[in-house]
Amino acid sequence: MHEITPDLPAVRPDRKAGPSTGRFNRWHLASGALALLVAVPLMVVFSGWLQPSTEVWSHLAETLLSRLFINTIKLVLGVGLGVVLLGVSLAWLTARCDFPGRRLFDWMLMLPLAIPAYVMAFVAIGLLDFAGPVQSALRDWLGVGNYWFPQIRSTGGVIFVMVLVLYPYVYMLARTAFLTQGRSTLEAAQTLGYGPVGVFWRVALPMARPAIVAGTSLALMETLADFGTVATFNYDTFTTAIYKAWFGFFSLQAASQLASLLLLFVFLSLMTERFTRSRGDYHDTMRSALTTRFSFQGWRGWGITTLLGLFFAIAFIAPFIQLCLWAFAAISEELDARYLGLLYHTLLLGLLAALVTTACALVIGFSRRYQRDRLTALTATIATLGYALPGSVLAVGIMIALTQADNLIHAMLASVGSATTGQILGGSVFALVLAYVIRFMAVAHGPVETGLSRIKRSVPEAARTLGATPRHVLTKIYLPLLRPGLFTAMLLVLVDTMKEMPATLLMRPFGWDTLAVRIYEMTSEGEWERAALPAITLVMVGLLPVILLVRKTLQDR
Amino acid sequence: MKTTILALLGLALSLPAYAADPDTITVYSARKEHLIKPLFDAYTEQTGVQIRYITDKAGPLLARLKAEGANTPADMLMTVDAGNLWQAAESGVLSPVESEALNQNIPAHLRDPGNQWFGLSIRARTIVYSTDRVKPANLTSYEDLADPKWRGRLCLRTSKKVYNQSLVAMMIARHGEENTSQIIEGWVANLATEPFSNDTMAMQAIVAGQCDVAIVNTYYFGRLQKEEPDMKLALFWPNQDTTGVHVNISGAGVTKQAKNRDGAIQLLEWLSSEQAQQQFAGLNMEYPINPAVAADAVVAAWGDFKADDLNVAQAGKLQAQAIKLMDRAGYR
Repeated sequence: MHEITPDLPAVRPDRKAGPSTGRFNRWHLASGALALLVAVPLMVVFSGWLQPSTEVWSHLAETLLSRLFINTIKLVLGVGLGVVLLGVSLAWLTARCDFPGRRLFDWMLMLPLAIPAYVMAFVAIGLLDFAGPVQSALRDWLGVGNYWFPQIRSTGGVIFVMVLVLYPYVYMLARTAFLTQGRSTLEAAQTLGYGPVGVFWRVALPMARPAIVAGTSLALMETLADFGTVATFNYDTFTTAIYKAWFGFFSLQAASQLASLLLLFVFLSLMTERFTRSRGDYHDTMRSALTTRFSFQGWRGWGITTLLGLFFAIAFIAPFIQLCLWAFAAISEELDARYLGLLYHTLLLGLLAALVTTACALVIGFSRRYQRDRLTALTATIATLGYALPGSVLAVGIMIALTQADNLIHAMLASVGSATTGQILGGSVFALVLAYVIRFMAVAHGPVETGLSRIKRSVPEAARTLGATPRHVLTKIYLPLLRPGLFTAMLLVLVDTMKEMPATLLMRPFGWDTLAVRIYEMTSEGEWERAALPAITLVMVGLLPVILLVRKTLQDR
Repeated sequence: MKTTILALLGLALSLPAYAADPDTITVYSARKEHLIKPLFDAYTEQTGVQIRYITDKAGPLLARLKAEGANTPADMLMTVDAGNLWQAAESGVLSPVESEALNQNIPAHLRDPGNQWFGLSIRARTIVYSTDRVKPANLTSYEDLADPKWRGRLCLRTSKKVYNQSLVAMMIARHGEENTSQIIEGWVANLATEPFSNDTMAMQAIVAGQCDVAIVNTYYFGRLQKEEPDMKLALFWPNQDTTGVHVNISGAGVTKQAKNRDGAIQLLEWLSSEQAQQQFAGLNMEYPINPAVAADAVVAAWGDFKADDLNVAQAGKLQAQAIKLMDRAGYR
């Protein structure tokens, strides 16, 4: 493993400006503290191993595990391939090419992000299964049994739905990467005679690799941790075993043990990726607004437009219309004054979580920038692991950690003679936001880290040499340059928090219902149609930040 | 950043400390909000007692109860199946309640023999069939659906749903593991398509012609019927000459660490009383637990049936065995 990087001298000339590697310092402290925050609930999950649950294990091993592993591998490969192909090619088209309607597609292609995966799943099944309108129309037209239609409730169907909702992670990160690639490099390649294809493969793609990897690992962590989507498809994956152990066999221990295996797998994958990633940094701080796009005119341009339009219709318009129809049917029954409260809670929690999580991710990002040692790599990886656990398992881990903290506080208060009972941290907004931070650190970390990686080290160093204070370097150099990355991070966390279900359900203060809670209330007993109104409201609320963000990146370009 | 954290801390600490308050009852509920809120509101109006609640799945709620221990704010746990109540009692978070009113309002087989939990409504799981393609005379029992004459004609919901786990657990209690296993294997062999993730999809599949019979909870049928009154689908009450229709309960228990135990017991008694039962069951088209209360008119129109009178605690006791059996039989 080679982690000493070519561009970073082991000992820095200016000790004040850059902390040295190897010694424990405040960056270690900061990233260590954040890692600890995430590690505590993870340790609760790992503590499941303290109690044996051989009975559940032997049953699962006998009957299900091999199929679950195979299904999970299929899913990860399929979704991974799908999001990379879709995300990267769409990002390349909108960031580096020009065709009719390109400015619209710029932001429209991010919209599927606002649709929760479990909502997409029930819309897809509702539309495309045997009893759905599409196949019913085919039957009316061609007669029963006279047509072929793919089985939607299948491996392919699950992958299809997951790719549609998860590709925006790759799209957004890759797009920002393509947009910020220096025009000098790209134009040099063009001057050397590369066409759009050559520039893409030889220059742009390798340079965007960290962003693509970051987006893909987000998508895959979500795939591995997903329960809602696969449950709607009744598709058995590793999380099925986790929930079977917990809800079926009433063994939270066995569920924790299974979940910790999942976690270990993700941890090892992430560490491997971090240690083997080529350290050739691509620093481009030049704005690339003047870079010429590859222009597609005439039938080629319109061909691209048609294809993207078709894709957008499938990924967003069709589910959106279906949701609208259902919502319309249920609106008189569903819409009441409490919607304002739901909206308010959803937005407030989302914004709080977005701000705090992004700030934490920035601290970790700086730690990794200044401290390229194993300790920091380890703490940074741990701090992002919350995303890899199934939501309910993590939520219970956090909840148990918090109630233990409560019990500890009570014990301490009792020892000084003031007896108290009840919840202190548990059931508070603080606790809930903490849970979001732990869960979504990885989501903010990706964009922040890729943003930081393209700021040339020499720029802040030069500023320091010229006498700028650390504060100035932060506010005048880092933050402006990081703006697209920070906005992406905040947007992703905001949208993810608004969609988040298990932690919100378990840890919300009394009366703090959100739109996701409302969706749960309806879907838990299969009332998909009634869930459409909160779902569509969630999508609409999610659209606002998406559009804001795109405005922002358009300006920055 | 600092101000954000300070603001958050301030917000957290400014929240009212939850002290024991005789005028407030706190409920952890796996039953959906819109099925409990109208009743809670009515109770508050009548008695002035406030009810706070939080809704989630039974598993996480139970984990929370256990973790909070003596500091839990919850006075009552509410679930939508007997298995989870049985498990809650088993893990020691509930406490027995001796109440004349509860014993009178709730038939003995629909509450815990140890008095730790009580049924509040009945959920019947029965057979639904296509009126186009099936003659009701050809239907007899759950067991009969394993007969080869139903090959390629059966739709089922996933075995991961607790309603199916309870059904199979009760079959094990009646027939033993060996026989039940054969029945389940027969079901799997008769499936027209992969099991669905919910009952409504199974019924829609019958309407669309993908299969002819399915096993569903009656209130899902009621909901679908309300949307499409003309659908060619009808309920059949199986096992009328033998064990009766499989029933589960939606119910509740008082927590061991309840701060307002008396209040919780009174609420429980009120929920099982004649004045609350009509609405409690009616809101979701379920059957009232209290035999003195008539079912909702729509529900009553489906006809009377003989229900299984084995204590629903069996569903919890045999749940793990049922899941293992279904896994081995390849019932997904």
